[in-house]
Amino acid sequence: MAEQPVDVLIIGAGASGAAVAWSLADTRMHIVCLEQGDWMNPAEYPSSGRDWESRAFGDMAISPNRRGRPTDYPVNDSNSPIAVANFNAVGGSTILYAGHFPRFHPSDFRVASLDGVGDDWPLDYETLEPFYAEDDRMTGVSGLSGDPAYPAKQSVLPPVPLGKSGDKLARGFNDLGWHWWPSDTAVATALHDGRDQCINLGACTSGCAQGAKASTDITYWPHAMRAGVEVRTRCRVREIAVNDDGMASGVWYYDADGEERFQAAEVVVMACNGVGTPRILLNSTSEQFPDGLANSSGLVGKNLMFHPYASIQGIFEEELDGFRGPGVCIWSKEFYETDESRGFVRGFTYEINRGRGPVATAMTGMMSGRIPWGAEHHRAYRDLFCRITGMVAICEDLPEEHNRVTLDPELTDIHGIPAPKIDYTLSDNSRRMLDFAVERASEVLRAAGATDIISESPIAAGGWHLMGTARMGKDPAKSVVNEWGRSHDVKNLFVVDGSIFVTSAGVNPTRTIQALALYIADQIKKRLANLFD
Amino acid sequence: MSQESMIATDNPLDADQESALAAIVGAMIPASDEYSVPSAADPTIFADILTLVKRHPEPVIEALEALEALANSRHSTGFNALDDEAKAATLETFRQSATPHLRAIVSMTAQCYYRDDRVMASLGMEPRPPFPKGFEVEQGDLSLLDPVRARGRIWREA
Repeated sequence: MAEQPVDVLIIGAGASGAAVAWSLADTRMHIVCLEQGDWMNPAEYPSSGRDWESRAFGDMAISPNRRGRPTDYPVNDSNSPIAVANFNAVGGSTILYAGHFPRFHPSDFRVASLDGVGDDWPLDYETLEPFYAEDDRMTGVSGLSGDPAYPAKQSVLPPVPLGKSGDKLARGFNDLGWHWWPSDTAVATALHDGRDQCINLGACTSGCAQGAKASTDITYWPHAMRAGVEVRTRCRVREIAVNDDGMASGVWYYDADGEERFQAAEVVVMACNGVGTPRILLNSTSEQFPDGLANSSGLVGKNLMFHPYASIQGIFEEELDGFRGPGVCIWSKEFYETDESRGFVRGFTYEINRGRGPVATAMTGMMSGRIPWGAEHHRAYRDLFCRITGMVAICEDLPEEHNRVTLDPELTDIHGIPAPKIDYTLSDNSRRMLDFAVERASEVLRAAGATDIISESPIAAGGWHLMGTARMGKDPAKSVVNEWGRSHDVKNLFVVDGSIFVTSAGVNPTRTIQALALYIADQIKKRLANLFD
Repeated sequence: MSQESMIATDNPLDADQESALAAIVGAMIPASDEYSVPSAADPTIFADILTLVKRHPEPVIEALEALEALANSRHSTGFNALDDEAKAATLETFRQSATPHLRAIVSMTAQCYYRDDRVMASLGMEPRPPFPKGFEVEQGDLSLLDPVRARGRIWREA
């Protein structure tokens, strides 16, 4: 069944799809977004129930394979030490993200020139800065101006509280003379744009029932829809069709009833993340594009970057924040920029993650052997409860072509669409960086008074950030999209998600994903008269 | 359909397996008079655990089969037929084996035990969900940033 043609068809209603839809709505074009997930109901988020921690292991798990909602697709990540994490809904993975909201640093756009690794981006920090600022206003970024690790930038809202945990670790960083600063976060600390302020529920990564965390279903989408953008949920795109001129003509998708439909479109925008986008492009084969759409470079699906994460937690004698408060707190950029004497290039951010709930405390203690079975369980548990705090190190991942997304030859979703298959190995540079990060974090925790350290490196379940699989660049032989997001091969096809990242930086990507989506939308609006030239 | 028959057909564990699972979780977290908390095998908590088992039965069943095999190899009889001393010894060996499926039982036990009202009260927590009341968190002292400010800019020119 065919639909009436639309001007712009956006695939995916997550971080980037929401931003690009909102910005393009200025044009009054007919814009439709197809989203495979549902609208979420914040009243049903886990923090509304007594089983709030338990649901993170079930229907609100970060792994689509564990979650297994009908709106999810499976991912074969058995050949990767890091498993994919995502969420499929209006809002995408911002439903479950912690709300860490750092910008890239200026050096992140020029890693080849500065450090001789990876590639330079075809744009720079200054170009993106106005779009960062626009995204900050839409998101309601909380933070504290004056961070010496960044060029000057203004925060929209006050920073999240330090709490006992942030205070404790700040003193540890100060003892060592190392940088720290209140984190920029996507958590509203005051009323903002119809959203209520944070009340320290402590369950950000299972969805924010308070509406304080800036998931795009409650930030960009209400504005975009009021401006006329249509969102169709439970619509899963199978492939992009092309016409005889080699232009995208629309998409084939399955609607909520499982019915196959065709939506014609003048412009197609991919916003499906660094795994979902290459999956659809590789599945869009034709006589003209036998290796998948937009893939003349052979780079669709290649250069997959996660961020290898290490978790380093200290056990303290006094009570800290525990289950209270957002996981976001303070960060340290002490080891962000390259210093080759450390044994690796590029760097990482420490993000202090405050504490953990009663179930997570038990799991940590029992799995690590610190809480025994038997009568001693209770005393040992109380030695840990509300006494664990620490950090994660989010390490820059450099692009390597052998790290890739392909189509699984056997595994499919419920519509029979091939599932993505992940092949990924940790580089030696990443391993050295992770080891260094664990050692230095242990020093901070000891300086702050920790009596014991628990670490996991890399975090096996921590594939939250999916980047690099349709990279941007000026050379069509070395990139998939150009410097303003348009496919080199198909001139009415755009990619706006983390796929277009050239390098990963050592920070969470969502703020840069959204700034790029706004930048690309701005470029489209400026070129409407000759968009396909 | 009666409630009993519905439960019977809905339960992935047979009676022996349920009994063995109760022995495992009871050994894992016994009751404590000192802390005024029940055992994880307490009927209310154990029923909660069984609801989770029904959602993800495979690893639990595999763990229970491993326990049964261990009892048979050591004592030539099933786990439930052992006396208390032999059960305790078998469970200790089972615990040390660290079978990956045992992690599922640990996880489900922790999830259900640490949301029980009596346990929450013992920890000084109100027996309620986080929303809508939320929690208090101290703002903290931002003058702690003075030495960071004094050090000055650390970002790299590009």
